[in-house]
Amino acid sequence: MLKFPIYLDNNATTPMDPRVLEAMIPYFTEHFGNAASRNHPFGWQAEEAVDYAREQVAQLIGADPKEIIFTSGATEGDNLAIKGVYEMYASKGNHIITATTEHKAVLDTCKHIEKLGGEVTYLQVKPDGLIDLTELEAAIKPTTILIAIMYANNEIGVIQPVKEISTIAKKHGVLFFTDAVQAVGKIPVDVQKDGIDIMAFTAHKMYGPKGIGALYVRRKNPRVKVTAQMDGGGHERGMRSGTLNVPGIVGFGKACELARLDMEADAKRLSVLRDKLENALLQIEEAYVNGNREHRLPHVANISFKHVEGEGLLMGFNKNIALSSGSACTSASLEPSYVLKALGLGDDLAHSSLRFGLGRFTTEEQIDYTIEQISNTVHKLREMSPLWEMYKEGIDLNSIEWAHH
Amino acid sequence: MAYSEKVIDHYTNPKNVGTLDKSSKKVGTGLVGAPECGDVMRLQIEVDDATGVITDAKFKTFGCGSAIASSSLATEWLKGRTIDEAVTIDNMDLVEELNLPPVKIHCSVLAEDAIKAAINDYRVKNGLEELAFEEKGVH
Ligand SMILES: Cc1ncc(COP(=O)(O)O)c(C=O)c1O
Ligand code: FES
Repeated sequence: MLKFPIYLDNNATTPMDPRVLEAMIPYFTEHFGNAASRNHPFGWQAEEAVDYAREQVAQLIGADPKEIIFTSGATEGDNLAIKGVYEMYASKGNHIITATTEHKAVLDTCKHIEKLGGEVTYLQVKPDGLIDLTELEAAIKPTTILIAIMYANNEIGVIQPVKEISTIAKKHGVLFFTDAVQAVGKIPVDVQKDGIDIMAFTAHKMYGPKGIGALYVRRKNPRVKVTAQMDGGGHERGMRSGTLNVPGIVGFGKACELARLDMEADAKRLSVLRDKLENALLQIEEAYVNGNREHRLPHVANISFKHVEGEGLLMGFNKNIALSSGSACTSASLEPSYVLKALGLGDDLAHSSLRFGLGRFTTEEQIDYTIEQISNTVHKLREMSPLWEMYKEGIDLNSIEWAHH
Repeated sequence: MAYSEKVIDHYTNPKNVGTLDKSSKKVGTGLVGAPECGDVMRLQIEVDDATGVITDAKFKTFGCGSAIASSSLATEWLKGRTIDEAVTIDNMDLVEELNLPPVKIHCSVLAEDAIKAAINDYRVKNGLEELAFEEKGVH
């Protein structure tokens, strides 16, 4: 039996795996110690648990445990990486390169850097969402200290050519930071093979708890340091002060271990379901996939249904299916998704998109139901859509002078 | 954001979806909004030229549930009113009837604009002067 509501918004956050919760519980009650308490068993126990989790986290990404800095999540990780590098490497330069499709936590941090007097280059992406490596290399100057390009995009799932980016960065002696929130735990991410210097990720997108994440900071070839953004007790090798969130860290560790063990099977299963969903929805007239379909996370699809508005579409089934839309009307602003616009999508298509994020607990039955519901609602709304009617009559929508209001 | 019962009802069972013959002299058509804003509304009225009474009204809307509900409700209210009465329909009446939250007020404004545009289209077609309306646009 299908249980409602169905959750297909796993790019926003994932449910916690029950095995993660189980691992965490003792650390709220019996083992409540402060990992920095050096002089009694409560502290030792907490420290031991943190050390163990640090290894679990490090192992997932091919890092050394000493290179893991625990944070409150990826927003903090993005801030710490970019601001921390900007301060630490001020004597070397003040120029950062990023892309227009980055998460707000990166883009707004870059805006902040500009206010501080730094210089930021925002690379445009190609229509498939990938950056142009030639443009990237051309943007590097003597003052460039950091390239900040995400591993995989949260709205369209497109995976950037991380290895090629890191090769370019290395060649020019520039650090490479990647926001890998959507990739870690879903596809193989290896900081050595990928040549990553700094990397932010977060537990709640990989079946772990909210409010805990990590920043990977390379210790060898080169040794990287970031200036702390909070003053305090000097935890986490002086880069991030604050009493460690021991239950969160334990849960994060467990989530990483599970991801390492389950990733391959999960990805295989989910890509089959995602393809089923996508192929069925593409049977609908005037439906388009947004972003590169080859270099893409296996569990993500972003599809535009021309001439129906995203929020109106969601309303047809959002009692039973949790999804997100790139339409402006779902958010507080009236601007549709800046990521879709960066791909060069017209506002009409950007307003007409749905984002699907499948997850570890998604079933085929849920996908079948979703296909049916979405197809029905698209057809129903097109019957109601003046744009669809005009399109069917062969009227060029661009020829109409819209009364802007 | 949770929708009100009334919005859900109009969305699920919209009243008067359809198209009237826009070349007919008796029909006034209002097309407002823009695809870039994520909403386009087309509202049409058919008027009895002897009495000035609106005998039929139809809509098609590309937009969120509140925009669909606003236009559906507007067509219900239009039928049976004279065009002079119809002019007085205010977007805030729609907001109140549908319990629209503040972020959804612009959806109702769109419906009011569509009503006025349809009335003016009818007036111009029938040799009457266009009415001047103050801009309510919030987009
Ligand atoms: C790509 C990306 N970066 C950063 C974040 C922020 O992560 P957190 O919620 O842990 O602060 C998210 C999640 O919304 C994300 O998708
Ligand atoms: S039409 Fe934009 S929110 Fe309703």
